[in-house]
Amino acid sequence: MTLRLDTVSLTYGDGDEQVRALDEVSLEVHPGELVAVVGPSGSGKSSLLAVAGALQTPDAGQVVIDSVEVTRASKTERARIRRERIGFVFQSDNLIPSLTVLEQLLLPLYLRGKRPRQGRDAALRLLEEVGLSHRVRHRPHQLSGGERQRVGIARALMNRPAVLLVDEPTSALDHRRSRDIVELLAKETATHQVATVMVTHDHSILHHADRILSMEDGRLRPLESRTSAAAVDPPRG
Amino acid sequence: MFLALRELRFAKGRFALVGIVIGLIATLVVLLSGLATGLVDDGIAGLRALPATHIAFDEDADTSFSSSVIERSTWEALAEAPGVEAAAPLGNTLFNARTDKDLPVNLALFGVEPDSFLAPAVTEGEPLGAAPDGIVIADTIADLGVGIGDQIRLDVVGTTLTVVGIAPTGTYGHVPVVYAPLDVWQQASFGHTDDAADRVSTVALRLTDDADVAALDTAHHVQVVTLRESFHSSPGYTEETRTMQMIQLALYLISAVLVGAFFVVWTVQRRQEIGVLKALGATDRLLLRETLGQGAIIIGAAAGFGLLVGVLLGSAVGDQVPFTLSLGPVLSSIGSLALAGMIGAAFAIRRITTVDPLIALGGSR
Repeated sequence: MTLRLDTVSLTYGDGDEQVRALDEVSLEVHPGELVAVVGPSGSGKSSLLAVAGALQTPDAGQVVIDSVEVTRASKTERARIRRERIGFVFQSDNLIPSLTVLEQLLLPLYLRGKRPRQGRDAALRLLEEVGLSHRVRHRPHQLSGGERQRVGIARALMNRPAVLLVDEPTSALDHRRSRDIVELLAKETATHQVATVMVTHDHSILHHADRILSMEDGRLRPLESRTSAAAVDPPRG
Repeated sequence: MFLALRELRFAKGRFALVGIVIGLIATLVVLLSGLATGLVDDGIAGLRALPATHIAFDEDADTSFSSSVIERSTWEALAEAPGVEAAAPLGNTLFNARTDKDLPVNLALFGVEPDSFLAPAVTEGEPLGAAPDGIVIADTIADLGVGIGDQIRLDVVGTTLTVVGIAPTGTYGHVPVVYAPLDVWQQASFGHTDDAADRVSTVALRLTDDADVAALDTAHHVQVVTLRESFHSSPGYTEETRTMQMIQLALYLISAVLVGAFFVVWTVQRRQEIGVLKALGATDRLLLRETLGQGAIIIGAAAGFGLLVGVLLGSAVGDQVPFTLSLGPVLSSIGSLALAGMIGAAFAIRRITTVDPLIALGGSR
């Protein structure tokens, strides 16, 4: 498997104010698998991404990404793991304002110490995959929310990551665009054989996931059916 | 510099604004450097032009030309002292004077023996000693319309002198230097007293490289300083240089604070962006390098702008102001300005390292 969390715990604060963000969470995601994690805000979804994405070190447990144990890695080692093995798709508008669409995709190469121009062909191919060939020279402020999210997905795939971590990809999109984005994520997960974890509270987009997990009070458990998911947290708007 | 250059282009308005302000400060620094060099030159050029390595003051004079008095026996003994290649009495007094055409001139009267190594090489007319009361005037006085054969009368003492030669003698204490034979200077400075002929202000020395200055001091009851140190005895020299240095220092400080403030705002505004870059795996080192690179580009452009405008303005001021652009001081002050700016930037962008990549993940945790 490509992403493995083994009884991972993460606690914030101290004394009486302690919050258990992750409570002995275990998770395995295989290449080409799209796992959706739902749950109300404050349930620990973002902490799951932070720990799985080597942004944060858990208090206990083990995190293995692409057969590399990252739990005890230093700050710089974690930065290296992030740029070499992990693709992040953030909530909308986490593109770099000064870069064109093409340059957004070349950025990960630069961060890895490579010449950005080397990635030009690969970047153009990815932009074609996500349907943005006509937007190559545009900057983020000239794009729609859906287009920005597509750029984000393409950027995340640029370094051929083993793991794709997706944070609320549809929070700024209408229903039709949300569906398009999740379809794209499912397609890219299969095409590039990445292990994808998508965190969301939008239950209308779950049908593309291979597996749906529910997060509540720091605990992760499988969601049996879509109806019970709706009972936990009804879709908004 | 993949990011730095693109950000510069993207936010060119903001960068141009701060660049222009630093550029104007750089212009000011260049102008000030020219003025400082010019002003200082105006105070001591006449001393610097002396073919001497050291000046001997009397030991109680606190290296002041006006209060130093040295006896004939001392300067004759100094000439024979070990380590002394040559010694010649040098009188130095400031006078107000008038030409026979009633033109007022302020001058520094240097009294030297016409056959000593201190006698100036004239570019026009006769050398010192051609006439008993003959003087060699600075070319800047000649520029006022005073010519050879004209008479100059010193105010108060009433001594009348005849111009015999013209030389680029320079200035001392911001007035042109005029050379007179030693006995003429002695009478003008001490009056017609019996011992006037045996007294002078200082002795100009040419010492060997291994001369023992301290031994000379004790043996002859004098205080020997290098020619350069004697500049501080020029009226106002120390105050002028210090004032200029203070202004320059203030400008460096302003540049550092300005660049620092700009990059503080720039960094704070881009906090989210920096967080995203870090989440994507950017190291602190890369981000610091990029931002410092931006600072270097802005400051470099501003320094170039200041150099260009400063030199253009400086060459337009003409002779009315003592303004001398010399490569060394201009480059060192522009360099100091740039360095101050980079230090300001470096301090400001330290906070890049404190940005947590976690902020890239939206929502609550």
